[in-house]
Amino acid sequence: MLKDEKLQQLKKNQENWQKNKVEKGLGKFPERKDRFATGSNEEVERLYTPVDVEDFDYEADLGFPGEYPFTRGVQPTMYRGRLWTMRQYAGFATAEESNKRYKYLLDQGQTGLSVAFDLPTQIGYDSDHALSEGEVGKVGVAIDSLKDMEILFDDIPLDKVSTSMTINAPASVLLAMYIAVAEKQGVSSVDLRGTIQNDILKEYIARGTYIFPTEPSMRLITDIFEYCSEEVPNWNTISISGYHIREAGATAIQEVAFTLADGIAYVEAAIKAGLDVDRFAPRLSFFFNSHNDLLEEVAKFRAARRIWAKIMKERFGAKNPKSMQLKFHTQTGGSTLTAQQPDNNIVRVAIQTLAAVLGGTQSLHTNSKDEALALPTEESVRIALRTQQIVAHESGVAETVDPLAGSYYVESLTNKIEKEALAYIKKIDDLGGAASAIDKGFMQKEIMDSAYEYQKQIEREERIVVGMNKFRVKEEVPKGLLKVDPTVGEMQKEKLVQLKAERNNDLVLEKLNALKTAATGSENLMLYILDAVREYATLGEVCGVLREVFGEYQQNVIL
Amino acid sequence: MNRPIRVLVGKPGLDGHDRGAKVIARALRDAGMEVIYTGLRLTPEQIVQAAIQEDVDVVALSILSGAHNHLLPKVVDLLKSEEVYDEVLVICGGVIPEEDIPVLKEKGIAGVFTPGTPTQVTIDFIKENLKR
Repeated sequence: MLKDEKLQQLKKNQENWQKNKVEKGLGKFPERKDRFATGSNEEVERLYTPVDVEDFDYEADLGFPGEYPFTRGVQPTMYRGRLWTMRQYAGFATAEESNKRYKYLLDQGQTGLSVAFDLPTQIGYDSDHALSEGEVGKVGVAIDSLKDMEILFDDIPLDKVSTSMTINAPASVLLAMYIAVAEKQGVSSVDLRGTIQNDILKEYIARGTYIFPTEPSMRLITDIFEYCSEEVPNWNTISISGYHIREAGATAIQEVAFTLADGIAYVEAAIKAGLDVDRFAPRLSFFFNSHNDLLEEVAKFRAARRIWAKIMKERFGAKNPKSMQLKFHTQTGGSTLTAQQPDNNIVRVAIQTLAAVLGGTQSLHTNSKDEALALPTEESVRIALRTQQIVAHESGVAETVDPLAGSYYVESLTNKIEKEALAYIKKIDDLGGAASAIDKGFMQKEIMDSAYEYQKQIEREERIVVGMNKFRVKEEVPKGLLKVDPTVGEMQKEKLVQLKAERNNDLVLEKLNALKTAATGSENLMLYILDAVREYATLGEVCGVLREVFGEYQQNVIL
Repeated sequence: MNRPIRVLVGKPGLDGHDRGAKVIARALRDAGMEVIYTGLRLTPEQIVQAAIQEDVDVVALSILSGAHNHLLPKVVDLLKSEEVYDEVLVICGGVIPEEDIPVLKEKGIAGVFTPGTPTQVTIDFIKENLKR
């Protein structure tokens, strides 16, 4: 065939070029390094040509945007129709403080909210619990009851904004509170838009805010899938997260592989619970990281979309195209930021923003320059948001769909990431699936090996981090960092005392007992949780009841 | 007296960010030290009990959640009340604002290592400041 002949000719020409041009020149002009590698340490060739994508089949590998296998994007017109949602993750101190920050961000042109909760909230403890001491309001907002949630969204119409909540183990409780706030605003749950993270497996792998053992945790998750498919149909019921896996040290390939393996586990659990795949799968969403290696990241996002589409269609027999679409939120890479010369982080975030947009993200959080030092100030959050706006309105990359498609390098990387991620998924299947692989410490060990290798490369200066191991200056003490009011813990405790004096404690007890009985059985727990939070049962009380019935997860410590 | 240096690496509080703790644990182990890594969510009491049981020379704590001012002095106080502080070097790492460092040092945290510190710096610090 002509095509084959041309390819053979090209291969020959490339070999000649290699021999006559490159190798002769290398003596005089040696390359900078013996080995070139991506940010994830995958070897990079000198040049990519059609030879590297010789089996490339446009229709099968890429297709059109909005069509299977969705490599080029989940919507037909992508950002020409609507830009991605600019969604800055925020929350600190009290609900009052965070409410002010949300209104500020909405005023600045942000298009969705993203709530950061403090650690006690994420682990299901009230602010007055002994283990909450010193942690209240530190990494996010403290929410103890519906009362705090009412303040958090005060004057923010929940039928107008979409809200993402980074909440996992107690996701049902916070979702229930959100629904209850909406009820008070006169907004029906049918009109609510947003996302709960609700991804417990990656908590076991990488993030650490688990409460319950695997089995009851998976039940809570599938209960949410079922409940929302009827009552909150526009809600993304899970955000299957590679972000934290990557932050813990995983490579781009591991990020994709472990996230999709977790995704497979959730789909299997829901099917096992009797749900129809096309009923819940369209509401599954994903969350990825964006690091500095621009082209590798773009390839990663494209590969992830293609793999997921194939998994849903071929493995789970999904019929609805929406079930096959991998929609994702992106956050720029926190671990890529340096405490040294923090202004340089603005540039890193800009590159990572480009990667996310060229990769076709649905929403994006850009980190602030000061996040290796503290929670971001209002000013640094504004720069981070402006970075997105500049990419959106000035860079030109949002004007056409998937502009890097067809690049020999990007397509070849996309194929490579797909192939190697599938090999990992196969390995995880052989270990009995994601939950069982986590119990065996498989993902944790793989991630740690990558993290340690990365650190050693930095220390050997094989990998340059500007301002940290090269191009250093004498650092000035950073000024104007955000400090969380140290009295937040006391304020929350006082609020709890007041709450318990005001509410109908008998009714609270009754609802908590009903929840307990339901938890020992197999009913869907969402309604019981909703009943309890409506009566102002606290987060700690609801989780306390569930702790009694379910027990707690014991971490498998892997070094 | 020539036994290897024994180090307890711990994560006090509710913080789940353990990449730094694990990287430092591996680096100390590769430097010939014996490392006990405790995993997540330890109270200061649990850390001190583990330090005594394991008879360690160093307690290395990692916090990125902002709870350092509360949790770290507590570990030192408990080591003192158990009368082992004179034998144990206490260091920490994580996202610790510059202005908190002198305060932590005054309260008995011998070394504070912030993001970007090469592991060798921590290894050298331990070797030079060991209390035994």
